[in-house]
Amino acid sequence: MIPALAVEGLKKTYATGVEALGGIDLRVEEGDFYALLGPNGAGKSTAIGIIASLVTKSAGRVAVFGHDLDDDWRAARSTIGIVPQEFNFNVFEPVEEILINQAGYYGIARERACQQAEKYLRELELWDKRRTQARDLSGGMKRRLMIARALVHEPRLLILDEPTAGVDLEIRHAMWEFLQRRNREGTTIILTTHYLEEAESLCRRIAVIHQGRIVEQGGMRELLARTHGEHLVLSLTGTLEVAPVLKGFRCELVDPVTLEVQLPTGMGINALFAALSAVGIEVLSMRNKHNRLEQAFLQLLRENSVDEHE
Amino acid sequence: MSMNKVAHPYLIGYRTILAKEVRRFMRIWPQTILPPAITTALYFVIFGKLIGSRIGPVAGFGYIDYIVPGLILMAVISHSYANVVSSFYSTKFQRHIEELLIAPLPSWIILAGYVSGGVARGLVVGVVVTLVSACFVELSVFHWPLVIAVVFLTAILFAMAGFINAVFARTFDDISIIPTFVLTPLIYLGGVFYSVDMLPPFWQGVSLFNPMLYMVNALRYGMLGVSDIESSSALVIIIVFIGLLGAAALWLLHKGVGIKS
Repeated sequence: MIPALAVEGLKKTYATGVEALGGIDLRVEEGDFYALLGPNGAGKSTAIGIIASLVTKSAGRVAVFGHDLDDDWRAARSTIGIVPQEFNFNVFEPVEEILINQAGYYGIARERACQQAEKYLRELELWDKRRTQARDLSGGMKRRLMIARALVHEPRLLILDEPTAGVDLEIRHAMWEFLQRRNREGTTIILTTHYLEEAESLCRRIAVIHQGRIVEQGGMRELLARTHGEHLVLSLTGTLEVAPVLKGFRCELVDPVTLEVQLPTGMGINALFAALSAVGIEVLSMRNKHNRLEQAFLQLLRENSVDEHE
Repeated sequence: MSMNKVAHPYLIGYRTILAKEVRRFMRIWPQTILPPAITTALYFVIFGKLIGSRIGPVAGFGYIDYIVPGLILMAVISHSYANVVSSFYSTKFQRHIEELLIAPLPSWIILAGYVSGGVARGLVVGVVVTLVSACFVELSVFHWPLVIAVVFLTAILFAMAGFINAVFARTFDDISIIPTFVLTPLIYLGGVFYSVDMLPPFWQGVSLFNPMLYMVNALRYGMLGVSDIESSSALVIIIVFIGLLGAAALWLLHKGVGIKS
């Protein structure tokens, strides 16, 4: 089956000599909801910039649904929708005009472009603002405008670079629902985000990029299953002066009523409660210190940083 | 059964850029259309009526009649240039150039769209200046095809020059340096307000290196039937420069100079 996105040996060295990408390979299947994660400066936006034809690559190959981005660029670009990290529309243009123009750039005649603009402005709850200049929209509305603009030509592959940065929780969840619906309807989605719970709840597959290289690629479940245990924060009913010594667990007392426990992989939570009961400690409530993906992500970065020192 | 004929995607893309450009300069008409009308009226009042009446005829025409072609072409040049340099630089500055770069549009369509936008503003301003001129002088046209060719080709040439300026511009100051320090002096020294015959022989020779001289005189020949130089050489010069600047602009766009990292 032809992948939605195939990236082979992609390299980018900027004129300043900075190597942003050191030869990455990616394969995103059609219908995937894919997360591309990495710390700041890892090379995510450079990779997306190359796929979007905004950054010139130094080496490598990119194909979208089998269309090579160099040799068959017209077909390749027609299938991609891009939602960049920074607002990049004409702030003096009315919202509706931004969408109609974008459709025009993709060769969609004005009559159909107007219909497409209406469809997505309604879906993203911006129809009432269609005659408003883009500069007068709120931050959340501007984010939704960029999503609407990216979809106006009905791309089969939607790439979103930090789409929910700076939007409030309610709008973020509404955007998640919209993207999940879109993915169910057949659009392949690639997402970069700093909100790891966003990637965990939305994406089925993941690649982690660090210092211009892919350090992990695969299924979200498989990655999470490999994390070395979980870090739990327990609120206690009574007070403690020192952290208890529990066999098989590492405990740390944060304050007299808060205990942090590292639960090793494969160790059941019942075993932890049994050990705590044995020393007379009662637990009022419990939460994860880190989101599971966050834990896996940090672990990967640590492992790869160690590799570099070796 | 009737079928709607769908235009080629490139044609739709071109029309979209052109329509956007025209809407832009029409939306801000007090900055783009009105000033040349006022400036031209002032030129006619001061140079045409007050000073011109004391100068006497030039090449057999009243001074006010003699300067009309130069004033029209001066407006066409400065506005076709200004439209593209300011619009394309703003597009870069606000980063909505990315809307075009990600789309399946070839570089030549993007260039054609912006240049056509500049030509449209140059022509609109040219018509406005001509209408203002008609309030002061009785306009005449000696050679219609030459008038149309010179105005149209000059607008294309300077729209392309504006595009190249915008590609290299990194600040708003950069888009005003060429118009202020290069274009305006060349236009004023290009025979808009005088015939090169009035100059000493040395400066007549120097003036022949000013491309504006050829354009202004070609239009003057088209309107009045008099010129300091041969009109055909003006057309050749304009066409050669359009070819050179067009090739340079396409190469810059293709390489992504100033717009891609």
